[in-house]
Amino acid sequence: MIRVELPAHLRGLAHVSGEVQVEIKGPITQRSVVDALEASYPMLRGTIRDHVTQERRPFLRFFACEEDLSHESIDAPLPDAVISGKEPLLIVGAIAGG
Amino acid sequence: MSGVRLLVGTRKGAFVLTSDGKRERWEVSGPHFAGWEVYHVKGSPADPNRLYASQTSGWFGQIIQRSDDGGKTWTQPGTPPGERTTPEGMPKGESNKFVYDTSAETGKPLTTHQFYDGTQHPWEFKRVWHLEPSLSEPDTVYAAVEDAALFRSKDGGKSWKELSGLRGHGTGPKWQPGAGGMCLHTVLLDPSNPRRMYVAISAAGAFRSDDAGETWRPINRGLKSQYIPSPEAEVGHCVHRIAMHRSKPGVLFMQKHWDVMRSDNAGELWQEVSGNLPSDFGFVIDVHANEPETIYVVPIKSDSEHFVPDGKLRVYRSRTGGNEWEALTKGLPQRDCYVNVLRDAMAVDSLDKCGVYFGTTGGQVYASADAGDNWTPIVRDLPAVLSVEVQTLP
Repeated sequence: MIRVELPAHLRGLAHVSGEVQVEIKGPITQRSVVDALEASYPMLRGTIRDHVTQERRPFLRFFACEEDLSHESIDAPLPDAVISGKEPLLIVGAIAGG
Repeated sequence: MSGVRLLVGTRKGAFVLTSDGKRERWEVSGPHFAGWEVYHVKGSPADPNRLYASQTSGWFGQIIQRSDDGGKTWTQPGTPPGERTTPEGMPKGESNKFVYDTSAETGKPLTTHQFYDGTQHPWEFKRVWHLEPSLSEPDTVYAAVEDAALFRSKDGGKSWKELSGLRGHGTGPKWQPGAGGMCLHTVLLDPSNPRRMYVAISAAGAFRSDDAGETWRPINRGLKSQYIPSPEAEVGHCVHRIAMHRSKPGVLFMQKHWDVMRSDNAGELWQEVSGNLPSDFGFVIDVHANEPETIYVVPIKSDSEHFVPDGKLRVYRSRTGGNEWEALTKGLPQRDCYVNVLRDAMAVDSLDKCGVYFGTTGGQVYASADAGDNWTPIVRDLPAVLSVEVQTLP
């Protein structure tokens, strides 16, 4: 299972508290994690990536293992620690106010 | 006994304020959607328990919420809370999907509008400013969006389709954003003619459709705006709000960026009725529910100073359809007040006497149960108020 930490606004929207876990068959990438999130929590569609372009919304970032993965390829494998479940993928709202 | 329900959208959530017909004691529920901007909440005239809300965020985008029990519980249409779908069954989560029409017939000419610097700029969806439920069908609702366009849902908000005849009628490349963005913010439905509707866009102007939204044309003759190259141009006017009375749907009132205007012929020609107002800049305008020639505005000092003049919060009322205005001040702060009242933040109920309500950027919601003669704050300390609607309940 892949652990994902959502920002508070999206936890409220998805009616969850704390981390969520998603199961993914195949490569563990940013794209496959968001695909799995949207499948499990359809209310999140359009909130993490644009409905049409499927690009990450500009004020959201992807962090894991103390690294900023936001500008990595969305099809690149996530770090081993995320794949093994040791570390979560953090979806974070930019700190620009709020 | 009849009652009223106020639907208040703020910078950090929505609130529902309810009272009986006396409108003296209020119950406050909320915040709903805490932490999110709620641009607008409005109920269906055909089913008062059906409410629609626009929940939005610069971070997370647009969410549409719906209540079928008068605001007690909310869901994203088509996605009940707690219901999980599998990758194989995904027809959900579409309620917040607003995609501009790029069909072959209308696509290319619709792709750009004028930007702040005068260059052409692509249309980009940002948020829903206003939701206007159909007068007769609870599942039909219009969404007025930024960048300016009109969408319609016929399935209770589950899915949305653009009425692209508005952007496609030809003047779109001349539209430009106002200070708040290029927003379509007002939708008026003619109760006597289901095929006639009006919209207003900042900064493009007012537009009318006589075929239920399929085709549109500008209705801005008589408007004069010094901030555009040709002050009497067909489009480019920063209309802040238009209003009508249901018994006289051909009479329209407008608060423009500067100037309060009226039209007696469904927008064919406008004339200024600012009269003795201390400032004719403002955002809100509304019409008394039982007196079609009684109208309300809240003058704001200027386009560079978005607060009330002289530190005094004054609603101005005209009982003559404009030109002659009286200040309504009883119960409103008359010193050291520097709030604004935004374009969707005034509403009237249909009781006798007519109730008038408005919210401020300082978080106060004021109510008058006697058509504006006396005011009391229902709440004083909400987040900045973006919108106020009222439902008169049986």
